[in-house]
Amino acid sequence: MHDISYQGEIRFTRYLDAEGKPVGDMPDWGCGDSPWVDYYQQMVLARQFDTKAISLQRTGQLGTYASLLGAEALDVVSAKLMQAEDVLVPYYRNHAMQMIRGMPISQLFLYWGGDERGSAAAEMRRDLPNAVPIATQCLHACGVATALKLRGQHQAVLTMIGDGGTSKGDFLEAINVAGAWQLPVVFIINNNQWAISVPRSKQCIAPTLAQKALGAGIRGEQVDGNDAVALHEVIGQALERARAGKGPTLVEALSYRLSDHTTADDATRYRPSEELKEAWKREPVARLRNWLHQQGLWDEAREQAWQAETKQLIETAVEAYQAMPPQSVDELYNHLYAECPPGLAEQREQTRLKQARMQQGGQDHE
Amino acid sequence: MSNDAITLLEAINLAMARAMEDDPDVVLLGEDIGTNGGVFRATAGLKDRFGERRVIDTPLAETMIAGLAVGMATQGIRPVAEIQFMGFIFPAFEHLVAHAARMRHRTRSRLSCPMVLRAPFGGGIHAPEHHSESTEALLAHIPGLRVVVPSSPARAYGLLLAAIRSDDPVIFLEPKRIYRASKTLIEDNGEALPLDSCFTLREGTDITLISWGAMVSETLAAADALAEEGISCEVIDVACLNPMDHATLLASVSKTGRCVIVHEAPHHGGLGAEIAATLSEQILTRLQAPPRRVTGHDTVMPYYRNEMLYLPDTDDIIIAVRETMEYAG
Repeated sequence: MHDISYQGEIRFTRYLDAEGKPVGDMPDWGCGDSPWVDYYQQMVLARQFDTKAISLQRTGQLGTYASLLGAEALDVVSAKLMQAEDVLVPYYRNHAMQMIRGMPISQLFLYWGGDERGSAAAEMRRDLPNAVPIATQCLHACGVATALKLRGQHQAVLTMIGDGGTSKGDFLEAINVAGAWQLPVVFIINNNQWAISVPRSKQCIAPTLAQKALGAGIRGEQVDGNDAVALHEVIGQALERARAGKGPTLVEALSYRLSDHTTADDATRYRPSEELKEAWKREPVARLRNWLHQQGLWDEAREQAWQAETKQLIETAVEAYQAMPPQSVDELYNHLYAECPPGLAEQREQTRLKQARMQQGGQDHE
Repeated sequence: MSNDAITLLEAINLAMARAMEDDPDVVLLGEDIGTNGGVFRATAGLKDRFGERRVIDTPLAETMIAGLAVGMATQGIRPVAEIQFMGFIFPAFEHLVAHAARMRHRTRSRLSCPMVLRAPFGGGIHAPEHHSESTEALLAHIPGLRVVVPSSPARAYGLLLAAIRSDDPVIFLEPKRIYRASKTLIEDNGEALPLDSCFTLREGTDITLISWGAMVSETLAAADALAEEGISCEVIDVACLNPMDHATLLASVSKTGRCVIVHEAPHHGGLGAEIAATLSEQILTRLQAPPRRVTGHDTVMPYYRNEMLYLPDTDDIIIAVRETMEYAG
């Protein structure tokens, strides 16, 4: 029915099976406690953050929130492999990456709590703010990479996109130009199988999304997105290639969205509960924990201690978030242009008056 | 470089060359801008002079051009991107509206987006379809973008320099009908013009004529003709469509009491409506006649055989001025 003229193969990498047991020989670098314990601890922190964010949303203390449940390994490993001077061009599900890149957890809450200051933290350096429109970040990543190349900086740019996003032109235009110009970009597809309610099978007939790389003439491969060890190898190599001037890589990480699309979504309307149940058997946090247990690198006592510690970290961040004084009205106007134009300054004054009126209990209509 | 009389198109080239000479972070990108020097030759000679690293021929994808420019600008590069014709700017919109316009705002000034997107616009050169529209109002509606339109070689030079040096994203729309219409002596002194000010091109006492782009030439010609009838027209080139210098417009119309606003773009929701509304809101009692608009009509820009029928011309302006002068309430 469909002629496929390209007969190449897409490499798929997995080291740990769903239970955290090695599927074959582990690589030499795979043994020892570094970096796996650190990865695991950050993944636990990411999940704690996620749980707290959802509970804050459910109790009206946070706006609509996009959960990263199921993407903990992908986010943590990617961020940990990045160097400080690499640049992250995130989409809206990269909370753990942002945390590891230095964004205070309270700032993450602030962003999802409807406050622009959440993207302002100086710790984010030149990292871009979340891309909420789909796939646009892939082109920004290429622009950032072009800037790095122009300045002779041998750093990498990392950007992530969902499986649905790969259907959009921006993604294809981005991998095309990244190939044409050999840009130092690592594109990661978080193929979590669902784009809100549309399953992966309805996005594209190609058996892998990684093979879209072939049309752009760039390297493309698949990795088990629930396997921190495999991610470490594949993403690490892609980042190194980028920094070494060897061009871009498209990595399709096979994961599963264990959450709803966002807190405003209800996946039970469209997703079979059996599928979700099966996906939980493959999830990344338990998988790495099981492997660490097997290696004698982790135990129940450390687990409990770390769970308690992360809980405290998150609670402290929530307190800092809730203690943030409100933005000044002026902030709505002062950052649009380098200097506030006169017409806008008049509107700023109107809003100052409106705020004063609101604080006095509103307009007296009598 | 040049102290010869040059066209508006050559002034654009001169401004880009000057900006690139002054600042190594200024980089040009677009379709056919390198070896070919641009389909209108706006970038002629620049690749040879500054190299292909700074004068970049891109793949053929307008969304990509805008997205690249956004990404580059966040890192402090000053990209000057060309969209070959304004009719092809629409794939770039998401990047302009959702990213360029608000990068500074949404990061509370942690990052900014000092990019320029140049595009030739407007009718009058007998081009194929999609090559002659004026959709500046769509862009001027977006908070965070600057929208700038030159109407002479001198203003093209000074405004483009200002656009490139601006720390804000600037859409620089070039009236291609007058790309080569006249030549002016321009000193390549690197002096920019302000991006927050209209240009009063002719002072007058009876009526204010407000325009931008290629329509400025028609408006000045109308003012000449009307002077012979004893009507003294003040002519203002708005030039910066967003943010717009309302103060100059309000002061002029306060003085004359009458105005005609001229633009090629369609009537409905055009920037003429914005200006007329501002005058009505702020100086109603100074008006001796309703603000009058002379604009393109609310139909599709015709193919070239009928484009002169569509575009406002000097006679349209003269008629509107006469009627406004005769208005008796």
